[in-house]
Amino acid sequence: MKKLHIWSSLFLGLALLGLSLSAAAADKVTYKGSTTVLPLAQLLSEALAPNVVFSVQGGGSGTGIAALIDGTTDIAGSSRYMKIEEFEKAVANGVMPYIWEVAIDALAIAVHASNPIDQITYEDLRRIYLGEAENWSELGGAEMPIVVVSRDTSSGTYGTFKEVILENEEVTSGALFQSSNGAVATTIALTPGAIGYVGLGYLQPSLKALPLAKTAEGPFIAASTETALSYEYPLSRPLFMITSGYPQGAVAQVIRFALSDEGQRTVLEAGYAPIRALSD
Amino acid sequence: MNVNGKTGITRAPSLTNRRRLTLRRIAQKADQPVFFALGLVSLVALGVIFVFVVREALPVFRYVSPSGLLGPAWHPTSEPPLFGTLPMIAATGLVTLGALVLAIPLGFASAGFVAEIAPVALRDLAKSLLELLSAIPSVVYGFFGLTVVAPFVQRTFNLPTGQNALSASLILGLMALPTVASLAEDALTAVPKAHREASLALGASRWQTTWRVVFPSAFSGLFGAAVLGMGRAVGETMAVLMVAGNSPVLTWSFLRPVRTLTAGIALEMAEAPSGSAHYHALFMLGAILILITLATNGLAEWFRGRVTRHRE
Repeated sequence: MKKLHIWSSLFLGLALLGLSLSAAAADKVTYKGSTTVLPLAQLLSEALAPNVVFSVQGGGSGTGIAALIDGTTDIAGSSRYMKIEEFEKAVANGVMPYIWEVAIDALAIAVHASNPIDQITYEDLRRIYLGEAENWSELGGAEMPIVVVSRDTSSGTYGTFKEVILENEEVTSGALFQSSNGAVATTIALTPGAIGYVGLGYLQPSLKALPLAKTAEGPFIAASTETALSYEYPLSRPLFMITSGYPQGAVAQVIRFALSDEGQRTVLEAGYAPIRALSD
Repeated sequence: MNVNGKTGITRAPSLTNRRRLTLRRIAQKADQPVFFALGLVSLVALGVIFVFVVREALPVFRYVSPSGLLGPAWHPTSEPPLFGTLPMIAATGLVTLGALVLAIPLGFASAGFVAEIAPVALRDLAKSLLELLSAIPSVVYGFFGLTVVAPFVQRTFNLPTGQNALSASLILGLMALPTVASLAEDALTAVPKAHREASLALGASRWQTTWRVVFPSAFSGLFGAAVLGMGRAVGETMAVLMVAGNSPVLTWSFLRPVRTLTAGIALEMAEAPSGSAHYHALFMLGAILILITLATNGLAEWFRGRVTRHRE
């Protein structure tokens, strides 16, 4: 009886070892970070399979960059520039960040499709997000309380919004804080009085993206891949994939594919603007 | 003949027998220290986690006083930063209370049904369904809460948003229910048959027996079930993160968005620069969570001990 135990556990151990070794043999690349870049990463992953196993995970730009610094991810997705402190920490850890621009996003300001408001300025957004305007009637809309939806602090989307619109002031505490672009989109879709900001790729029929202008005089530009590419849309921003040093092997394959024409067509599929006008 | 005080080996040990004896002897002697060591591993792991969290949390007192920690405002990135944890402690309490109000009565009732009333065929089915409920990942519960429960609460109470403490309580109650029900059912079936038979023999009805004899007899087990359900509710992160709205505002209303301790850590951990005041403050949230769990478990043990001693 004991002999059987010994042999069977030995066999099981060897089998498991063999399985894990074979899994390790496949080219594996990991992505972690921005949920804005995530849909693009997912499409790239599908296109690259089965030669490269590109596994993707969200968590926000801050999470991705922290993981790159710690060496727990190959590619960090970010929808904002790296901060000086992050750069310093990376270099201190022996990580030389190599920043690849893979797409251009327009940060769409979205409200529920039933909301009568049809455009918005920077100033209106500021007042809403700082808690100064609390009802849609103050902005010429219906008599309905404004439900402010924001992202969590590890989000690059949040970082961009805070810097550009709020001039680094804090979002009002009464806002609903969501942990991903998807959660923001779902919340707005289910809440008639909501307003939020999402990456272009997360717009859906139940949302209405408001044309945005820096001042009341306009011009009010709608968010689209064209206006993002031309940087006409005020909240256009580049999306990055960051590697540790110049990429080699499978990681280089992923980056090269993302920047190729085929990869840039995938960017369009994900709902973002490519970094250059494509030949067709 | 006795060998090593263990009967069973009645032949005089020949050469081959002696070898077998040694191996068996070693195995028998080894099992006690081995099990002891394994049991120690979990204790050590718990200790290490606790020490690590507390060690990373304590430096926060360089930036805020203990009374500051209990303030009503959480603004970790403003100048100067405010680390008032009261909104989150209150939110955790509120949401846990709501979850227990749902999970305990329903859980005990389900357990009572399965243990006492259900016919044998239904019993196994009911138990498996309860186990299935507890196997659903919390992110799925969260998604269900976000897309079904929150809009429902929004419509029913005519609120601007359904992401509030009530929705979080409903989902957490649903998540804690299988834990409470399963353990309560174990507690109820552990009540000796003799108790039930004696009660019925004395003329009590089935219902009277269940309610007045079985449930009170199983009290310590039922209490344990409730405490474990509470532990599940206090520690849940993903589902609450998706449903509660996460506004760090102090409120005692179930209909306002709230941010629990767990969600507070999850939302900001990735962004807080390592070693900063914010980072230590987040670890302090973790330390508070551990403290709450230890306190409630300790209280439950003490209470249970009193009740059991009372009965004897």
